[in-house]
Amino acid sequence: MNATARILWIAGSVAVTALLILGWQLIADYGGIAPVFLPGPNRAWAALVSGFDGGELTQLTGATVERMIYGWVLASIAGIVIGALIGTSRLAREYVAPMLEIVRPVPVSAFMPVVMAFLGLTSTMVLVVIAIGSIWPVLLATVHGVSSVEPRLVEVGQSLRLNRFKTMWKITLPNAQADILAGMRIGLTVALILAVIGEMLTSENGLGWYVLQAARAYHSADLFAGVIVLGVIGLVSNLALQEIERYVLRWKRR
Amino acid sequence: MKLLKALILPVLLLVVWEVAMRVSGIESDSLAMPSQIAVAFYEALRDGTILRRTAETLRAALTGLAIGGGSALIVSIVFGLIPAAARLAQFSVEVLRPVPAVALIPVAILTLGFGYAMEVSLVAFATFWPVLIYGQSAIVNIEPQLLDVSRVLRLSTLGRVTKVVLPATLPRYFVAFRLATAVSLIVAVTVEIAANPLGIGYELMTASQSLHPDLMFALVLWIGIVGWVLNGALLLAQRRLFGPAAMVELAR
Repeated sequence: MNATARILWIAGSVAVTALLILGWQLIADYGGIAPVFLPGPNRAWAALVSGFDGGELTQLTGATVERMIYGWVLASIAGIVIGALIGTSRLAREYVAPMLEIVRPVPVSAFMPVVMAFLGLTSTMVLVVIAIGSIWPVLLATVHGVSSVEPRLVEVGQSLRLNRFKTMWKITLPNAQADILAGMRIGLTVALILAVIGEMLTSENGLGWYVLQAARAYHSADLFAGVIVLGVIGLVSNLALQEIERYVLRWKRR
Repeated sequence: MKLLKALILPVLLLVVWEVAMRVSGIESDSLAMPSQIAVAFYEALRDGTILRRTAETLRAALTGLAIGGGSALIVSIVFGLIPAAARLAQFSVEVLRPVPAVALIPVAILTLGFGYAMEVSLVAFATFWPVLIYGQSAIVNIEPQLLDVSRVLRLSTLGRVTKVVLPATLPRYFVAFRLATAVSLIVAVTVEIAANPLGIGYELMTASQSLHPDLMFALVLWIGIVGWVLNGALLLAQRRLFGPAAMVELAR
């Protein structure tokens, strides 16, 4: 497929999205649904613009993103370190890894009531839950990546007389990079989800609290504006991590 | 032997937990001894609370999965057979897919109120995307010769779908639905914890807020068991039914 055709297809698919938004507008205007429940895209957009103009949405977005990133960074660091330790030790793989598999199927949101019982409805609680929740994908991916290194590479390391730390740094971790990054991408999605729920439950300042408040007050335009911002956060964070993955793993494609 | 090694650490942790709490004599509103948790678990199982609540959660999760996964199945087949449709929908899919289902909780509350309908619709939204994405890649990966054969045999579109496309993609769709089942349970429990007064998630939330740590931990354990059994059963079925044909776990 040549470049022009590709651009035309992309333009076409954007046009389809535009048509969908137009359909939404028509349903909102003539569909007989009360505007309390369904705002048209025009009203959602107006709420979005005025929210960012007044600074309220900017501040709420900042709060949610900050929470999400802090929890995710904590989880990623801990996940990589613990995962690398478990993955490289045969003892830990046999004794510790199975326990991780037992905990894995528990939906991470189920940890929220537990942490809540200890820390109450606080922002610390939300941060801890985000960290606990998004550590799993990173941790399990790291264990998998680290323990599936090509044995011949490890032998090379041995004949070069690398010590354990250097083997880890020069051979094991670079090999696990793809797995770790994929785990971190899932972890970031989990972090966003938990940030939103945490804010809903604790009424901590943020978009999760904002959309719930808007729904309770029947401010449907504000509600949709908040949902759109959350969607954009999800989209942008995912794309950013994909780009980072592509950049970091560029040596693998050769 | 492997099982034994796997059990040592969890059992050891439980024993230390129990002994430490007994020796120190802590009375806590947020922590319970493993023995108390076991008792609470047995009680809740005997008086039917756990089973009733689990039935509510599973009902919402599986109904949502049927609606979301089912429509994704149809849409992905349409996209697979008409590549132009897939290309035209691509941008819309890429924009809608990253919206976290939990962000839609207030929208669902506003339009549908509390209850099954809102939970089911959120599960449907969340399970739609994985089945769609896996399904599309399943159809793209159909052996082209099979489609050639169907053309030579002059099968109608319906015949092509039922005789070639579905049988060839069934193993991958099974994998897609197995993963979507896990998603459906996660979303259902999450919605219950966040808002909906229904199911096992709500019971868990109540136990936490009414300071019953024994019941709370028992319920977390139970949710894990449900997820584990569900996934285990589907994995077993997948191996029995499809064998190596379904060993196509894509990168998540």
